[in-house]
Amino acid sequence: MSTKTETRSISATGFRFVVEARVRNMVKWSRIIIFVAIANPILYLVSIGIGVGSLIDSKNTLDGVAYLTFLAPALLASAAIQGMLDEVIFPTFQGFKWIKNFYAMNATPLTGADIAGGVFFAALLRTTFTVVIYWLVLYFFGALKNPTSLLAIPTAIFAGASFGSAILALAARAKKDDFFMMITGRFVMMPLFLFSGTFYPLTQMPTFLQWIGWISPLWHATDLGRYLTYGHKISGVALACHIVYMSVLLIFGLYFAFRNYTKRLAK
Amino acid sequence: MNLIEVDNLTKKFGDFTAVNGISFAVKQGESFGLLGPNGAGKSSTMRIIAATSQRTSGKVNILGKDPEKHGPQIRAHLGVVPQQDNLDEELTCAENLYIYGRYFGLPKKMVIAKIDELLEFAQLTEKKDNKVNSLSGGMKRRLTIARALVSDPDILMLDEPTTGLDPQARHILWDRLFRLKEKGVTLLITTHHMDEAEQLCDRLIVMDKGQIMAEGAPAELIKQYSSKEVLEVRFGSERNAQMVDKLKSLAARLEELPDRLLLYTDSGEDLLAKITAMNIHPNTSLVRRSSLEDVFLRLTGRSLIE
Repeated sequence: MSTKTETRSISATGFRFVVEARVRNMVKWSRIIIFVAIANPILYLVSIGIGVGSLIDSKNTLDGVAYLTFLAPALLASAAIQGMLDEVIFPTFQGFKWIKNFYAMNATPLTGADIAGGVFFAALLRTTFTVVIYWLVLYFFGALKNPTSLLAIPTAIFAGASFGSAILALAARAKKDDFFMMITGRFVMMPLFLFSGTFYPLTQMPTFLQWIGWISPLWHATDLGRYLTYGHKISGVALACHIVYMSVLLIFGLYFAFRNYTKRLAK
Repeated sequence: MNLIEVDNLTKKFGDFTAVNGISFAVKQGESFGLLGPNGAGKSSTMRIIAATSQRTSGKVNILGKDPEKHGPQIRAHLGVVPQQDNLDEELTCAENLYIYGRYFGLPKKMVIAKIDELLEFAQLTEKKDNKVNSLSGGMKRRLTIARALVSDPDILMLDEPTTGLDPQARHILWDRLFRLKEKGVTLLITTHHMDEAEQLCDRLIVMDKGQIMAEGAPAELIKQYSSKEVLEVRFGSERNAQMVDKLKSLAARLEELPDRLLLYTDSGEDLLAKITAMNIHPNTSLVRRSSLEDVFLRLTGRSLIE
């Protein structure tokens, strides 16, 4: 009856169909996505960047640059991480629990790895959009003067991808949606945001609290972003650490995400 | 040619055995049913055949392949209608069909060309650009079936296709499934509604507690396990039990249900006349043909829907 099915692409690139479906879903929410992407940086810049910044800049510079320049890479990276979290956690719960549409996808030739990969890449697209808008807002506020500030964009996306992959793996195992979201929001995201050298150098923190920064992809991305955008001084070892840490987290995150998706679908 | 071959299949979840050594085969173009109450192991069996769940032991062969080794290749030829609709609620009817066709790796043009035809089949042409979350239960069910047909499957698998639908929606759906059957699509249906099984299935297995209790065509099973007719009598909940001894010897078999007594006989009218002649007067009486429900009752001592 259907010999044509033999020509169907049953390949490792099935994830692109999941990306297509996810993007269609996001388009339904495009107004909100665009509004949040613009409003979020404006609120931060007006309240913290300009308010706190004028306090600091009137007395001194921080790390040798204006406060907004210092803050920009951190804000971009945290926006990327937050964007990734939203776009991996919600679809995962929706897919496994709320609507169970992952089971519909899995009834086709798509595998668990295809589905996890599709959710991940679609989230990455949304995050890239958010970060670019954020960068533009920062640019218009005059926070970014050097052309090197463009490098904060890939750094932020890298941080988002790295942390997002780990959360994708964890969300695929989570049974209790509200509990998981509370934990990631209040006990992971919030401390990371506050303790990752976002608003002041991590070295200002007491040593016993600095470990939070060291395990936080946000700090690694922030430090790397500062180095790339305005020449914040870091050692070669630190530079290597940032890149290796985020890469390892990304690779392990994706590996376990693929595995956890596959396992949960087969239950 | 057998499209589905299941041999001594067992599925365990921890200590619980959901499917306990069942065997059956489904031929091309056949409409095959898995009939049984909730928890009989029907859905677990379906998920293994659909190449989405691993078996504990036994052999399974779908379209000539082992689902554990060739999952995606087998799934490319299946259309699956799950027990619970899992449509993309935020997307429109047309979009749902489109993305699903894409999941199969079908070219964009080909999928777009099929959408109208599928919507017409599902009687949803007017709802083409409506979001799924605005549809009624029956409409969602029909869209889920249309979605499963987007890839022209060799086997269409339906898990409880009409559960939760009102009678009118059920009849529309049965009509659609009939048309597919006429076109030669192989159907695999699970249900706990005996009328659905009688309507749609050429052949079926009766399942209970993970095992096969009987196998055959609906009419054959009724002939083999039940009488031609059934006389249902009600004496009121208190008197039902008292009447059992008096009536037992009159029928080939008697089943006592909480609200009524079932008397199995070749002629219900004759039996009713005999009872009346004995000066026994039930509150209500009803003569009907035997059904698969009676087969199940005979085989398990329980009714299908409890």
